[in-house]
Amino acid sequence: MDAKKIIIIGGGPAGLAAAIEANNQGIAPDDILILERDRELGGILNQCIHAGFGLHMFGEEMTGPEYAGRFIDIVKERNIGYLCNAMVLSVSPDREVAFVSPTEGFCRVKAGAIILAMGCRERTRGALNIAGTRPAGIYSAGTAQRYVNIDGYLPGKKVVILGSGDIGLIMARRLTLEGAKVLRVCELMPYSGGLPRNIAQCLDDFDIPLYLSHTVTEIHGRERVEGVTVAKVGDDRRPIVGTEEYIECDTLLLSVGLLPENELSREAGIALDRITGGAVVDETMQTSIPGVFACGNVLHVHDLVDFVTKEAYRAGAAAAKFVTGETVPGGNIRTGTVLSTEGKNGVRYVMPQKLHADGALSTETALFFRVDNIYRDKYVVLSVDGREITKTKKRFLEPGQMENVRLTDGAIDAIKTGKTVTVSLADA
Amino acid sequence: MSKLVKKTCIVCPMGCHLEAEVSESGEILSVSGNTCKRGDAYIRDELTDPRRTLTSTVRLMGAKDDVCLPVKTSGGIPKAKLFEAMEYLKTVTVTAPVTRGDVICENFLGEGVDLVAGKTVS
Repeated sequence: MDAKKIIIIGGGPAGLAAAIEANNQGIAPDDILILERDRELGGILNQCIHAGFGLHMFGEEMTGPEYAGRFIDIVKERNIGYLCNAMVLSVSPDREVAFVSPTEGFCRVKAGAIILAMGCRERTRGALNIAGTRPAGIYSAGTAQRYVNIDGYLPGKKVVILGSGDIGLIMARRLTLEGAKVLRVCELMPYSGGLPRNIAQCLDDFDIPLYLSHTVTEIHGRERVEGVTVAKVGDDRRPIVGTEEYIECDTLLLSVGLLPENELSREAGIALDRITGGAVVDETMQTSIPGVFACGNVLHVHDLVDFVTKEAYRAGAAAAKFVTGETVPGGNIRTGTVLSTEGKNGVRYVMPQKLHADGALSTETALFFRVDNIYRDKYVVLSVDGREITKTKKRFLEPGQMENVRLTDGAIDAIKTGKTVTVSLADA
Repeated sequence: MSKLVKKTCIVCPMGCHLEAEVSESGEILSVSGNTCKRGDAYIRDELTDPRRTLTSTVRLMGAKDDVCLPVKTSGGIPKAKLFEAMEYLKTVTVTAPVTRGDVICENFLGEGVDLVAGKTVS
C-alpha cells in the first residue's frame, strides 16, 4: 500500500471526526486512511443504542448509532479511505504503521501524520482482585451491552452491578427493560461516577437501589454465578467486617472504570500521563512524537461523545497542517517556550498537559479537567506561575462530569512569559 | 402546606438539581434549580405526565452481519407504558435494507410518536 498523508488508528467517533476535519482542511480523501479493527465503522457508538448523544454538536438528542451514522455517511460520501477488520500491530516513531487485514494481508504504510483514536477498554475483574470462584456470568458492562444490543442475547436474569459509571447505569436500565431483574448497583465510592441524569432515568425510574460505599467481596458458584457477597466499605474503601450480605444472582456486571488503550502509543515511545492513562499532548493534540496526534477516549476518558468529536476536529486540523507544512504560530516543530499545565486543590488532571507560549492559543482554547470529589460552590481558578488570572464560580462539581475553563486574553498574555498554568479550586 | 419535590433534570447531561414547590392540591407553585427553560418544563411534565423516549432493538433479517436493529421512539411515551412497549417490540421484525430514520411503526402504541430505525443497514 502506498504511503498516506494521514493514517487514523480507530474508526470510532474520534477517528471519524478527525478524518472528516483533515479532509475539510484540504487533505485529499484517498490520502487519508482510517484503520478500524471491527467489521464496521462507528466504534463503541454502535452498541450504545440509548439516547443522549449529540446535544452539543447537533442540538438534538440522538442514539449512538445515529450519531455515528452522521459521520459514517460523510466519510462514505466523500470517499475518505477506510479499512475495516484491520488490526494495527505497531506504530514506529518515524510514523510507519504496521497492520494486518484479511484483504490486504500484512502491510507497512508510512504516514505523514498519525492520529491515535483507539478509544479505551474496560477494567476487568482481574484489576479488582475479587475473591471467589471463576464461574460463567461475570461480564464487564460493555461486553454485556454488546451481547444485548448487537448480538441479541440476554446475559442473565438476576443481576448485580458493581460500579455506577455511566455504562453500568445504562445497562441496569437496558437489562431491566429486556426482562432481567437488576437487584442492586454497588459503588465503592461515596458518590456515583455516572452522570446525575443517568442515576435518575436508569436507576430511580425502575426503583433499582444504588448502594454507595459498597463493594463485592466474593463471587460464588462453580459453573455459573450463584451469588455474590456484598459489604459496606469504610472511608479507607476497605470492606467493614460484619457488614457482609449474600445476594443470590446469576450475573455480575462490572462497570469499574475505563482505561485508554495505549499499548501502541507506549511501544512507539510516546510519553503518557500517569493520571489520564493517555498521551501527553499540547494544545494541538500533538503527542511527544512530532506528527503523532491523539484524540478521544485514547487520550482521556470522556463522558460525552460531543466533546470527543470537538477534540478530534482539533487533532484532524492540526494533523492536516502538519503534513501540508502550513506554518502555524511557532512552526510545525515548535521551538517556543513550552508550559506545563497542572491541577491542584481538588483538580485531578488537566488536558492538554503542554501549552506553547507561541502556539495557536486563543480564547477558543479550553483546558479540560476533572475534579477528585463532589464539590459545591467553588471557584475554578486559572493561574499562571501562581498568579490568579481568572476565576469562575461553579455550583456543583462532580468527578463524573468533565469541566473546562477557557483561556482569556489575560491568560494568553500571562502564558507568553509563564512556565506553569494551574487549574485549582478555591472556596467561594 | 406546600411541599418541595426534588428531581434531577434528565433533559441534558448538565443534570440540574431541580426543586418544585407543590401545593396540597398538586399545583406547582414554583420551580428552582434549573439553568434553562427546558428544566422548568421537564419537572412540570415529570410531576403530571412523565414520559420517556424508549430506545431498544428489534429483530433484523436479511443483513450480512447485523441481527439487531437499534430503534427509538420519535418522542416520549408514558413512563408507565415502557414495559408494554418492550413486549410489543418482541413481535416486530425488520428486513434489510433499512435506512436510518425509516419509520418502523407509525403512531407507536397509539401515543402519537413513531418508532424509527437508528441505523442504516444495507
